[in-house]
Parts: sequence; structure tokens; C-alpha cells
Amino acid sequence: MSKTLLDKVWEAHTVRTLPNGATQLLIGTHLIHEVTSPQAFGMLRDLGLKVLYPHRTFATVDHIVPTDERVEPFSDDLADAMIKALRQNCAENGITFFDLPTGKQGIVHIVGPEQGITQPGTTIACGDSHTSTHGAFGAIAFGIGTSQVRDVLATQTMALHKPKVRRVEVNGKLAPGVYAKDVILHIIRKLGVNGGLGYAYEFAGSTFDAFTQEERMTVCNMSIEGGARVGYVNPDNTTFEYLKGRPFAPKGADWDAAVARWKATASDADAKYDDVVTYNAADIAPTVTWGINPGQAIFIHEKVPFASEVPEKDRATAEEALSHMHLKSGDPIKGTKVDVAFLGSCTNGRLSDLQEVARHLKGRKVREGVKAIVVPGSQGVASVAESMGLAEIFRNAGFEWRGAGCSMCLGMNPDKLVGDQLCASSSNRNFKGRQGSPTGRTVLMSPLMVAAAAVTGEISDAREVFGVK
Amino acid sequence: MALEKITQVAGRGVYVPGEDLDTDRIIPARFMKCITFDGLGEFAFYDARSFAKADGQVHPLDDARFQGASILLSGSNFGCGSSREHAPQALYRFGIRAIVAESFAEIFFGNSITLGMPCVIASSEDIRAIAALIESDPAALLTLDLTEKKISIADTDFPVTIADHAHEALVSGKWDAIADLLEGLDAVKSRANALPYMAA
Repeated sequence: MSKTLLDKVWEAHTVRTLPNGATQLLIGTHLIHEVTSPQAFGMLRDLGLKVLYPHRTFATVDHIVPTDERVEPFSDDLADAMIKALRQNCAENGITFFDLPTGKQGIVHIVGPEQGITQPGTTIACGDSHTSTHGAFGAIAFGIGTSQVRDVLATQTMALHKPKVRRVEVNGKLAPGVYAKDVILHIIRKLGVNGGLGYAYEFAGSTFDAFTQEERMTVCNMSIEGGARVGYVNPDNTTFEYLKGRPFAPKGADWDAAVARWKATASDADAKYDDVVTYNAADIAPTVTWGINPGQAIFIHEKVPFASEVPEKDRATAEEALSHMHLKSGDPIKGTKVDVAFLGSCTNGRLSDLQEVARHLKGRKVREGVKAIVVPGSQGVASVAESMGLAEIFRNAGFEWRGAGCSMCLGMNPDKLVGDQLCASSSNRNFKGRQGSPTGRTVLMSPLMVAAAAVTGEISDAREVFGVK
Repeated sequence: MALEKITQVAGRGVYVPGEDLDTDRIIPARFMKCITFDGLGEFAFYDARSFAKADGQVHPLDDARFQGASILLSGSNFGCGSSREHAPQALYRFGIRAIVAESFAEIFFGNSITLGMPCVIASSEDIRAIAALIESDPAALLTLDLTEKKISIADTDFPVTIADHAHEALVSGKWDAIADLLEGLDAVKSRANALPYMAA
């Protein structure tokens, strides 16, 4: 056999080879949202084309939705026009839309898995780079641009080139207080923000085997931050258990047949990889970024590096990062003052993220002067968290409990940093200006580290703050 | 849908130095509140240009010497981050018709080719050399020759590379895949019928 999951999924979805050598690849599942789809529908209209398989496209609204005042019309006219355009495009084309009133709205990469739409052995595309998230189920999932959204709407296919596969193996048990977020930040730090160019990352090893489905999503989510457009984990019983009973998951006899198919899509034991790297879970500590890309990361007990310590090629970027972040080389990162704490995003806005934080946060208070917000990843996450009493714990601690959406991960809605505020953030990108203020500063970390920063008002080791042992 | 065969891009150059220039830098997310790509050109590198202005400096894209430039040069991992087509669309609408860099992020690269905007790779040394030539004579004409895979300025040639499939797509006038994809619709349907999860 000797095939990887990527080989098998690619083969099963190949329609034909195009004249320029690209593969016309069937995209089984298409997810859309309000930011990157309206232009694609416009292109379809211009070309006189129809949506080929409306039942295989699913929509939600996430990037621009306000998380506090959610009554329409939105105060932002442009945001209001975008949600209306999506609503109309879905209605005209017969596309399922998890709209605000459905109770199923949320970040597209949280809604897909939650609804059971994301399934092993499938191909998925969405006009958003964090589509790699869905690889946690053993799907091959691509972030795409708007012209490709048009291609998928019109033909349910895209022109693609098969990536190479790098097996990224992590073995062993993570220490208490070290999370999936730390694992992926560590991998990106080691392999670089462009180390994955041309590769799909297969995340494997005993650490990933032991991970929950939601932990796997956190890791696959940030594949793209390491330059790998696609990241995946081979499906196993953890995957199947997660999917069972979800609205769009197969039922009855179909379920058993699907599980048998899904099992067969996993990489063979003797599969050949283009590259293999291996890390030990025990070597990973809570990790935070100090710079302006996710690869500029250090352990919480490390010091802010000197530009002279990084490879010559990265030195100018390091200098730019130190200047933007107002950080001094040689200083501990721990103790850096924090203005905002943001808990949410497609990386870490799931129920298990909120549960883990609430468990430790109970009875603690957000430090005066820190603005702390929790943005559940979906209305589904929010409603379960509320019924479990998690919202209450967050509110009592001084966090604002918000409605579902992308929010301060990219600042397209009213949730933005102001001036050069520093944000302890559970999101995925610390690019300059990412959180809505051109001079805003982002420090990426795990959800519990965000809570620790909120409680102490500075970047802290959550293990010390919450006595995690 | 006949598309232009793109074998050559000629124009003046502008060098925007930096590594890992991400898509949030190329077009900050707050400018993506739109339902068409029209008008995005003026927001290309908006924050970087504003910062420069506030510091009493001039960003290369605002420098009078480089106005009208259509070939952009930069560093490695250009266009990393988000999949937003708004990024290449903003550059294209700003007037850029080709990009020369040490490497490109994958999604940005694909999005650019689909717009018929070649992204070619040159060595760090060559990019700096070309940048120096542009600096000394901003009016100098750069010619990117995709057939010969070279870029020329002031009688000097520099080699460039581009992935074979993208090269073929540009020079054969098939850089927008939609026509090819539509031709395969019968095969698409039979492939879809073979996959249980595609059933209505």
C-alpha cells in the first residue's frame, strides 16, 4: 500500500489532469462566509454560471458580526451590507446558511466540525486560510482565494498541485499547563513561518494520538502559520466518537459504512513521506510570541532575544518586531504589561478551551485596568458553556461574555485594539495591525496563559498563577 | 473565454524591502469590508505608508520617483498569512503587474497567478542589485521575460524562476482556470457520484 492519507484522498477526488499539468480536484465540501464570497457570487453572475452542487456549500457569518450589540441593522453600514449580501446569495442559490437567528452561527471552522459537516477522507475548501483546521478529522482542507471560491461554486472543483507530505511527529506526554497551542507554536518556531511551503503537514505520534479532537483542531488550525496550506491528523476512534450523532454525520447503517471507509483513509504504516521531523512533548513549555509573526516565539521563562542572535536573514524582521512590540532584548518576556486579554478565535474558541480556563479561573478576578473578553467560537459553544455555568465563572471574574464570531482575532468588527495596546491573545496571528489597530501589539499564547495574563495584568506563567501541577 | 498570453511584463520597478510581508500588511482587514474589489488599490500597504508619513519618511509606494511603477520587488515569504484575494487584488489595482521576490506564500501565489499577475523568484543578491539599479535610475525600464525566464534592466539580465504549471498557465493564456474546469463537468459529475458523502 505505502500511501499517505493525502495520497488516498487526492486519488479519490481527482477528476482529471488539466492541460497545464494541474489536477482538477473535486472539492466535496465548500464552506463560505461574508468576507470572501460576495465577489465570487458577483463573478458567477457576470459569467452567467450557476452553483453546481448547492447542497455541498454551507455558509455562516463570522468575520464582521458584532459580538455585543447584535441587533440588525448593524451600526456599521458596510458590515450590514455584507451580511445581507450573503443572506441573499444563499437564498437565491439554495445554500444552507447558519445565520444569526438559527442558533448555529459561529466561526466557520468551528461550525463545520460542530455540525458534523467536516468528515474524514473528504476534501474541503473555504475562502479563509485557517481552513487547515478541518484536517484534524483526516480531511484535506484548503484555504482559497475568492476566484477559487467562484471555481468551487461553479464546478465543485479547483485546479491544484499535489503538495509533498512532511510527517511532524510529537511523542510523549505534555507537562501539566502545556497545551496543544504550545505544541503548534513550538513546531512553527522550529520549522519557521515558511518551512511548510509546498508541504502538507501530517501531525502524528503519541502526543497527537492522545489529543482530543479539539486539541487536534488547534494544531491543524495553525499549519498555515508555518507555511503549510494543509495540515492533518489521521482519523481514529477519537475522531469517530466526536462525529457520532452530529446533525450532518451519517446515521444508522450509513454510519458503520462511513467509519469503515474513514478508517481505510488513514496513512498506511509503511507510507512514504517526503520529510519527517520528530519532537519530544517533554521538551515543550508554555510558549508566547515576542514578535510580529508566529515563528517569533519563546518559552515563558526565556528572555526576549537580541536581533544579533537570530539568523542573519531574519535579523531585519527581528529588529522591526522589537521596535513594534516595544520590547527590550535580554528582558524576561514574563512581566510584560498587558492591556487586553482576548479568549476566542478558530484556534482556541471551543468548549474545551473555555472549560479548561474556567476550571482554573473560578474565584479569581481580572486585574483592574485589563479589558478581558471571551468570544465563544459559535452559538453552539456559547449555549453549552452557558448551561454549564462557564459564562457565569467568566463574568464573575470580570471577563465580558460575548456573542460568537472572529472578533478581535482580526478586528473586522467593532472589537479592536486601541493605539499600541498589548493583547494577550489565544488567536493565531501576531502580524502588525492584525487586531485592528495599526500600532496594536499581539502576544499569542494558550487560553490558560491568556487567563493568567488577565488576572495578573502581565504576561505570566499560568502554572504559577493557577498552581497547575 | 480567451485570455491574454502573458509572456512579458515591462514597466518601472519599485522595491518594498522586508521578509514575511504578510497579507494583513498588504491590505489591513478593516479595508475588506466591501462586496466588490473595486477601489482596493488605494489601501495597498496602507498602514506601512501611513507610518512612514507620520515618521516624516516616504514609503516606496508613495515616493514620487517610483510613481507608476508596475513591477514590485520584495523579500522572502511574500504574501504569507491570510488567503484573502483582496491582497493581490489591491496590488493589481494599485498598478502592479508582476512581483519579484525571494519566495512567495502558496495561497498568495495562486491568487496572483489567477489574476494574471506573474510572481517570479530571484535570488536575494539579484533583487538587491536590481533595487540598487532602480534607486540610481527610477525611470529605468524593467522587462520581465517569462519565455526566457529573466528580468532585465539597464542591459543587465537576471535569471528568475517560476513553477512550471504557473509558467505554462501564464504564457498559454490559461491563468484563470475556470474555462478548463468547466470543460470537465461531465467527469466532475461521475467522480462526485462515486463518493457517498456527495449524495444530495
